[in-house]
Amino acid sequence: MIITIASGKGGTGKTTIAASLALSLAAEQSPPPLFLDCDVEAPNAHLFLHPKLDEQQDVALLIPSVDEAKCTHCGKCAEVCQFHAIAVMGKKTLVFPQFCHGCGSCTALCPEKAISEIPDRMGVVERGLAMAGIFFARGVLDVGEPMAVPVIRQLKKWMTAQSGQVVIRDAPPGTSCPVVEAMRGSDFLLLVTEPTPFGLHDIRLAVQVGREMGIPLGVIINRENGFYPALDEFCFDNVLPVLLRIPFERVIAEGVAQGKTLVEIHPEYADRFIRMFTQIASLL
Amino acid sequence: MKIVLTTVSPNLETDVDPRFGRAACLLVVDTNTLEWKAQTNPGASASGGAGIQAAQFVADQHAQAAISGDFGPHAFDALQAAGITMYIYGDCQNAQQAIERFKAGQLQQVGSPTRGECDSGHHG
Repeated sequence: MIITIASGKGGTGKTTIAASLALSLAAEQSPPPLFLDCDVEAPNAHLFLHPKLDEQQDVALLIPSVDEAKCTHCGKCAEVCQFHAIAVMGKKTLVFPQFCHGCGSCTALCPEKAISEIPDRMGVVERGLAMAGIFFARGVLDVGEPMAVPVIRQLKKWMTAQSGQVVIRDAPPGTSCPVVEAMRGSDFLLLVTEPTPFGLHDIRLAVQVGREMGIPLGVIINRENGFYPALDEFCFDNVLPVLLRIPFERVIAEGVAQGKTLVEIHPEYADRFIRMFTQIASLL
Repeated sequence: MKIVLTTVSPNLETDVDPRFGRAACLLVVDTNTLEWKAQTNPGASASGGAGIQAAQFVADQHAQAAISGDFGPHAFDALQAAGITMYIYGDCQNAQQAIERFKAGQLQQVGSPTRGECDSGHHG
C-alpha cells in the first residue's frame, strides 16, 4: 500500500506525521515501511529518521547539443519545442537548457541528424537504512534547477516496495506538478492541515487535486485548538474522514524543534497511528 | 532598414510596451518607407521562454534591430546570436517617437541584458 502525505499549505506537519507513521508501522510490521522524501526542493525527513545514505544515483535530463557543422538552420527543432528551449537565430542554433524538459522531439525530428543528447545533471537520489529498520530514500534537486518532477519520478522508480511493504511518501507542499508527481500511483492520500483560514484554503485545493486524480482521501487536523469550526464543516460537507486530531501543544512544538517525532514525544501516539492505518486499510 | 518594436496595440500611433517577451504586440517597421505590419506576441501568455519566442520572431523577420524597454538575459543572448542590435526606449512614449529617435541615432544601444533572470518558467 502506498500512502502519500500531502497538505496544500506548507508547515502543517506533513513530515512530522509521515515520520511518526513510519516509526509506528516499523514497530509492528515486517518488512518495515519504505519512506520516500519526495520534497526534493527542501527534503527534511532525514532530520527525524536519521538514515545512513550510503547509495546515490544522479538524476539527469537529456539536453540537445547541436552540431553546427551539420545544422542547416531550418528551424524544425525550434518549431517543435513547446518550451522554447531551442531557438534558431539566423545562422546560429541556441539551446536554453533551463527550459528543456528532455522530451527528445528536436533530436528525433532534426532532418540533418545534427542534434545529439547529452545528460545534464539536475539532482540526485539517495537511499539507505534509517531508524527502526525503515528503508529510506530521498531526492535532492540541485540548487538553481527549476524542475523537481524528474527527480521525484526517478526516486519512485528507484525504490520499489517489496511485497506487503507499506510505502510512505512525504510530498512537497502546494498543489503544483511536483505534488501531483508525488501523489501519482498512491493508494491513499493523507492531507495534513491546520485549523486556520490559510489551512482551509489550501486543503480545499489539495482535495480538488486528489479527487481529480481519483485517489481516496483522509484528513489529519494538526495543532487543533477548537476555535475554527469552518474546517470541520468543510470536511463534513465533502465527506472527508478526519482520521487523526493532534492538539496544539507546546510540548510537541518543543520536541519537533529538537528533531523528535510525535511517537518519541508522546509514545501513546504509536497506537493512534496504527489505528489510523487500520482505518485507512478498511477504507480501501 | 527593418526593425521590430514592442507595442501596446497594432498600429504606428500606439504607445510602446516596455516589456520584450511579454509585450502585447510586435510591430515590424521599415524605417525608410514606414511600411509596417503587426503581430500579436505569441510569447505574451507563454508559460516560459517568452523572451526566446519573441526573439525568434524578430530573427524570422530578418530585422536588424529590436527596440523595447527591457531585454532579459535569454532574449539578449538570442538576439545577439542573430546579430540583431538592441535599443531601449528611454522616455519614448509612442512608437512614432521611438522610430524618429532611432533614425536620428538618439536611442541608447544595449550591450548587456537590462535585467536579471525571470522565473524560468516551469516549476514542474
